[in-house]
Amino acid sequence: MAKDMRDIYTDTLMELAKSNDKICVLEADLMNATGTRPFKEAYPHRFFDVGVAEANMVGIASGLSTEGKIPFAATFGTFASRRVFDQFFLSANYARLNVKLVGTDPGITAQFNGGTHMPFEDIGMMRLIPDAVILEPSDCISLKELVKQAADHPGCVYLRLHRKGSQVLYPEAEQFEIGRGKVLRDGSDLTIAATGFVLVPEALKAAEQLEKEGISAAVLDMHTVKPLDHELLLKYAEKTRAVVTCENHQIAGGLGGAAAEVLAQHLPVPMEFIGVHGLFGQVGTLEYLMEAYGLHSDEICRKARTVIKRKEEKHR
Amino acid sequence: MDTQLHTALKNKAREVRTHTLLSIGKLGVGHVGGSLSVTEVLTYLYFYEMEVHPEAPRHPDRDRLVLSKGHAGPALYSVLALKGFFPLSMLDTLNQGGTSLPSHCDRTRTPGIDMTTGSLGQGLSAAVGIALANRMDGRKNYVYAVIGDGESQEGQIWEAAMSAGHFGLSRLIAYTDYNKMQIDGTTKDIMNIDTLESKWLSFGWNVQRIDGHNFTEIADATARAKSQQCRPSMIILDTVKGKGCHLAEGKLSSHNMPLSEEEARESVRILEGEQING
Repeated sequence: MAKDMRDIYTDTLMELAKSNDKICVLEADLMNATGTRPFKEAYPHRFFDVGVAEANMVGIASGLSTEGKIPFAATFGTFASRRVFDQFFLSANYARLNVKLVGTDPGITAQFNGGTHMPFEDIGMMRLIPDAVILEPSDCISLKELVKQAADHPGCVYLRLHRKGSQVLYPEAEQFEIGRGKVLRDGSDLTIAATGFVLVPEALKAAEQLEKEGISAAVLDMHTVKPLDHELLLKYAEKTRAVVTCENHQIAGGLGGAAAEVLAQHLPVPMEFIGVHGLFGQVGTLEYLMEAYGLHSDEICRKARTVIKRKEEKHR
Repeated sequence: MDTQLHTALKNKAREVRTHTLLSIGKLGVGHVGGSLSVTEVLTYLYFYEMEVHPEAPRHPDRDRLVLSKGHAGPALYSVLALKGFFPLSMLDTLNQGGTSLPSHCDRTRTPGIDMTTGSLGQGLSAAVGIALANRMDGRKNYVYAVIGDGESQEGQIWEAAMSAGHFGLSRLIAYTDYNKMQIDGTTKDIMNIDTLESKWLSFGWNVQRIDGHNFTEIADATARAKSQQCRPSMIILDTVKGKGCHLAEGKLSSHNMPLSEEEARESVRILEGEQING
């Protein structure tokens, strides 16, 4: 059976820890959810479970970092953002330290934990922190590579970790770089810029459907939401003159907002947005929630047709 | 403590107060009250207890200090300057645009500052992390933290307290500056934190309560704290907010107060007069 994303996360940390004694792991009573128990067993002296005290976890991680350690601290994305924002902002980022904060269960993947546990705003909050890097890997291969790069990156990183399930979108040897998006599919009529485990495959599915309708869609995996790959986005905006962004998050402050800021300034082209339009989370199955918030390929296709129509009207 | 050392520390504390007042006076406003109440403990730690290296501020074997009540930065800056971490003349730049001495402690700007603080409640957690890291690395140094009494109303202080007790951080020694005043009033009126001793005891700490302006008591309590084998130590310092400044001492208004250069100089003259008069 394929390994869950969380197992890839833990395996990668254990692989890093073998050759780097600075790697530490912190949990706040969610070790079993994040899947880091094997790390605790292998490196008990580099593992700290602080109990249900996320603010203290981020503070301790910051203290560890002043001594040169590289702490990876994880909790549900709601707590990793809303609950510890000031600690991550000040003790970690403002202090120019090297803390890797992992927010699990992004957006609708919180499913049965419901609206209280459904982070639709974590990317937006983190985007407001100067220098903070925001990563959202879309598959097992990119997750492994981006965790390694996060460890090497000298500064704070927020990693949005999809916990359960496995998917592979890239060949094993694919290279990734923080701040460099990936072209998963080339196209000429519009660009679909997506992020994350749920929406990147939906974007690919939408591109296939659109192809049947004679529409050629490029699909970009924006695994780094910050710093956003301006170069790649502008290159494809120039080429296709129409952009749809897709994210499992509020559009305001999210990938959609970030892309709009870049395009509005440098290359205003018609844009449409797939994401959460100012709504709270709710409980449900993933399928129910994808439907409820319009986070699926049919909706992407609909937005794609709209954006192409707007592009054509503009050039008439 | 022998008389000679006691006198030397008292004189040093007077110098620290002098520079603290003059640097705040230069700007005309600042955190006078809480800076003056921690003057003795900071003076004691940096001029007697701690192993520090002004020529190499990040020396790995040094003792660490987290001033969790980061607004007392001006007192710590005076101590660090007198200790030789940076020139005394830098104190005149306190809180001026582009300064290396911002209102609240910043590890990236000031030589000798071990942790950035200012959002109350956060520093003690960082001190826990620092103590854990040093224990992992097998160092025999100490980590000191100074927290405020008002700050002790922050929930994160108690998260950190619980974890330090749980992890048995015997090389973490914290002091509470118990001057019994916060911005809006006395701690008793605004949000009573008593009894502090039993609170820290119940979180698994070794607890002492002493006169925070008495060097002999600070030295003895710190020595007892260092003899702890498996518990972190809390030393509650009974202090007076604004201690040693005639305009600030014991006054609620001293938290962040206007202080002109002339008022600062007058206050220093009074301090020097006290020295001459014994």
